[in-house]
Order: sequence, then C-alpha cells, then structure tokens
Amino acid sequence: MQLDVALFANQTLSGLSTAMLMFIAAAGLSLVFGVLRLLNFAHGSFFMFGAYLAWQVSSWIGGGEFGFWLSVLIAAAMVAALAGIIESLVFKRLYGRPELIQLLFTYSLTLIAGDAVKKLWGSQPLSLARPPSLIGSFEMGGVTLPYYNFFLLCAGLATAGILWYVMQRTRIGMVVRAAAVDREMLQLLGTRVKVVYCAVFSTGAFLAALAGALVAPTTSIVPGMGAEVIIPLFIIVVIGGMGSIWGALLGSIIYGVTLSFGILWFPQFSLFAVAALMVVILIFRPQGLVGEVQTR
Amino acid sequence: MIMLKKHPIGSALTILAVVLIFLPSFASNNYVNFATDALILALLAISLNFLVGYGGMVSFGHAAYYGVGAYACALLMKNMGLPFSLALPAAAGLAAAVALFAGYFCVQLTKVYFSMLTLAFAQIVWAICYRWDGLTGGDQGLSGIPYPDFSWLKSFPALADVTDGQFFYYVVLLIVTACVGLAFVLIRSPFGRCLIAARENPQRCTFIGLNVHAIQLTAFCIAAALAGVAGGLFGVYNRGVYPDFAEYTKGAEVLIIVLLGGSGTFWGPAIGAAVLLWLHQETGAVTEYWGAILGLILATLTLALPDGVAGLGGMLKRKLFGKPTAEGGAP
Repeated sequence: MQLDVALFANQTLSGLSTAMLMFIAAAGLSLVFGVLRLLNFAHGSFFMFGAYLAWQVSSWIGGGEFGFWLSVLIAAAMVAALAGIIESLVFKRLYGRPELIQLLFTYSLTLIAGDAVKKLWGSQPLSLARPPSLIGSFEMGGVTLPYYNFFLLCAGLATAGILWYVMQRTRIGMVVRAAAVDREMLQLLGTRVKVVYCAVFSTGAFLAALAGALVAPTTSIVPGMGAEVIIPLFIIVVIGGMGSIWGALLGSIIYGVTLSFGILWFPQFSLFAVAALMVVILIFRPQGLVGEVQTR
Repeated sequence: MIMLKKHPIGSALTILAVVLIFLPSFASNNYVNFATDALILALLAISLNFLVGYGGMVSFGHAAYYGVGAYACALLMKNMGLPFSLALPAAAGLAAAVALFAGYFCVQLTKVYFSMLTLAFAQIVWAICYRWDGLTGGDQGLSGIPYPDFSWLKSFPALADVTDGQFFYYVVLLIVTACVGLAFVLIRSPFGRCLIAARENPQRCTFIGLNVHAIQLTAFCIAAALAGVAGGLFGVYNRGVYPDFAEYTKGAEVLIIVLLGGSGTFWGPAIGAAVLLWLHQETGAVTEYWGAILGLILATLTLALPDGVAGLGGMLKRKLFGKPTAEGGAP
C-alpha cells in the first residue's frame, strides 16, 4: 500500500482528536487512581451522564452558541456534584476494604447507571447539535479537519496544561500530591484528607462528564456508551501508567493513533490491536510508560 | 436427624443429589432447563472461586476461558463433526492452553495489575470472537450447534420416550458433578493448601521452597479448564455461541455470583449461581431493568454482606447466639 501523505496526515489528525477527547476523561480516571488508589469502573458512567445531561440541559435552555457551552458546563458540574455526594455518603465506607470489594462496588454503580439512563431518557439514541461557530471544516493541502475536531484537540491540550499547572504550581496541587504519597502524614499535618478525597473524586467525575458532553455532538448518545468507553479508558491509563497525568496524555495519543490507523489498514483487527497493546505494556512495563508505581 | 446435625452440608448435598437425579421424572421441562442452566453456571462460579476465593487472584477476565471453551466445543462439533465426547475435553484442553499462556504473564503481577492483565487478555479473546467473521461468525455468533447423539440410548425400550433435553440434563449433571468433585478434592489436597498459603503469604511460601508462581499458574489453568467445560456445555445447551460469552460483563457477572454466594466457602458460589439465575427469571417477568437489580444486589453485598449469602447464616448465628462458627473465611 502506497503511503499517501495527505491520507497519513488525515488519519493522524483524526486519531489525535479522538485521543485528546479520551485524554480529558482518562486524566480524571488516572487522577482518582493516583490519589484514592481506586480503579473506578463508574468513570464510564460519569462520562455517559455528562452526555445525557448536556442533551437535557440544552433542551431546556435551547441550543445555539451560548446554550451549547452552558449546557456542557452545567452537565459536568451536575455530575461532579453527584459524584461528590456519592463519595461522601458511600465511597468513604469502602476505603481500606479489599480491592475486589471496591472494584465491584464501582461496577455495581455502572449497572445501576446504565438502567437509570434507560429509564430517564429511553433506549433511543439522542443527538446534540454542534455549536454554530464550529460547524464545517477547513481544508489545507488535501487535509480535512472539522472545526469541532480541531476544537477537541485544543480542549485536550488546554486540559493537560491546566492540570499540570494546578498539580505542580499551586498549593492545592501540592496537597493533592501529598495525599497520593502519604495520607496519614497529611492528616497529621492538619489537612482534612476526607475533603481532599471528595474533591479529587468529584474533579475526576467532572473531567469524565466534560469529555462525555463534548463527545456528544460527534456521536449518538446511547445507554451503552458508559460501558463501552470504560475499557478504552482503562487501556489508556494502563499504557501511560495509572496515576500519571502525562501517562494519560501519552496513552491517549498512542491509543487514538493506533485505533485510527488500525481502522484504516486492518479494520478487522483494530479492537484486537488495542487490547494487545495493553497486554504487551502490562507484561513488559506494568507500571506503564511513564509511571513509577510498585506493581509486583 | 443426628446425621443432619453432624453433617449439615453432606446431608444437604445428598438431598440435592436425590432431587436432581429424579428431577425429570416429576418436574416439567422448564424446571429441567432451569436446573441445566444453574448447574453449568454453578460450575463456572466454582471455577472462578478457585482463583478468587482460594488463590486470592481476582480475575476480571474469566469469561475468556468460558468463551474459548464454548467456541472450541461448538466449532469442533459443527464444522469438524467431532462427537461431543471428544469435543468437550478438547475444548477444556484448549481453554487450559490459552490460560497457560495468559496466566504465565498474569501471575507475575499482583492486585489491580493482575485484574487488569486478565481483563486485557479477555478483551483479546472477545475481539477475536467479535470480529473474526470467518471463524467465529463475528457479532452474529454461531447457531445450530448439534446436540450430542443420543439415538443409541433411545434404542433401549425403557428410555424410548426420554427427550434429548432430558438426556442432555443428565450429561450436564454427570459432568458438572465430576468437575466440582475434582475441584473439591483439589482444594483439600496438598496442592490446595499450597494455593491458600500462597494467597496468605507468598513471601513465606517462597522461603520454605514453594514455587508460588507455578502454584498460581496451575490453579489458573485448572480454573480455566473447568470454565471451558462450563462454556462447552452451555454452548450445546443454548444451541449457539455468541461473543458476549467472552465479554468482560459476563466475567463480572460471575464475580458477582461468587461474591453473592460467598467467596470464602466452597459451595457458596453454587448457591449464588442458582439464586441469581432464579432472580433473573422471576424479575424478567416484572421488569426489564435486570442490570439495575444486579447492581443493587452487588452494592448491598459490597457494603453490607462481604461474606455473601452463605455467610449470612453464620452472621445471624453469631448475632443470635453469640457463638463463633466454624464456617467463615476460607478453610
């Protein structure tokens, strides 16, 4: 097969825009794992609720430019609040319990969320319109990129930048990093670790819901989307290293590009390829490409 | 009565065995089908508990071996015309072989990383089942799996009006009993003790000269072979195999069953399988939200009943009589 430059650029760009969107959600998953040591199956459900709530809010306040952005933010904030409530009511009972119990509890939430969505919004696929300013696409030298995908690329990079700044350059970030390293010491130094945990968990949910709301205009909103997205998210954080934000970024890029070229060259095996990638990383570098956590 | 008090589990099993053996003679086909289904699911749950309860290895990809067994048995019977009596052992062997490869890498990892790697291997198996249209039928699956040939049995005048479904029920009963018996014996053998020891303190086991990884890998393969048998049986019973047999949600469902029954007990998961199957059937008539029901059961279990339904008896006993019970925690 002849490698066409324009085709190559197109696939790379489409892979990267998928990657950046996934990164927003994966960063949240990785953050929660890094601090709470909790592998959260329900992260996919937060993603799904983000999409559904964005649809719901925009149907209340109307679409259009202003309506779209406001619904995305309101949806993400609502999911973050919901996650905060769940964390402070239920999750706190699970810390210190065996990992299987924690994992299965988050899984039980995904089962309930999947049916709750069916009950609230039905099984029919819903769709959310793009904001008017981002309709259409630009072309340059045979490369076509929808404006909305370009926006997703920028949004992902911006999220990475903001997270880096907050985690590395602010006092809040320092406290969060401290909570990841030594919870008891932080508690003894007078920080209310419970509040930190709750805030981290709802920030993670906020990022998942934000990604879900932003993906809504590019796909159809269906009840299965939460269960479907969680496996790629796991793959991404495993590739990069669980608990690492940069790892999530790297993992997303590898995932997005592999998938986009996989679909082009060997469509039958693209699912196989990403799963195989996860296997190879876990075998040879279980801490992920960037991570440094003890795994054995 | 004395027997009942002295050996409650043995007595219960004896009664159960008698009921199961004579089930087709007094119960309708619905019950026979339910019992077939429950026996297969019980075998699958017990095979997973072998890993989770006794080995302390939380596999999130156990459905992969169930799927391998189901597809292998179905393909061997349908495409190659192999008799069931050869296809089923071959399917179990293939499941064990896949587990030998995957497990070799999985047992090197612990905790959440072990779970993730088992999940990743399961995703590979699922992707093959889902996308390799030429071999596995892709997302359509394979239907029209033949029943084993029972015509030689029907030539006995006394058995002439026994249906194929009833014959197959006895086949399932026989094979599941044998497999569960094997698991039971293995757990009580020196190997089983080593497996539990490797769960409790791997470092100490290494110091006294046990090869922890080899023990865990052996358990992984045995569990996979048993899951493969369950898969092969279910594929034939269901007359078709589909990619969702190998999907991670199936593996999670079996984990829920194990937890529901109680992962610290040998028979708990079997009870869990029957209870969950019965619930699914009963609620199916009333509501379509089976997922939410399953989720609520799981949430309750994780928050309130870590020992499962089998542990409930012990818990009530402790609360009511204040006596510590012998059962509880893995033996």
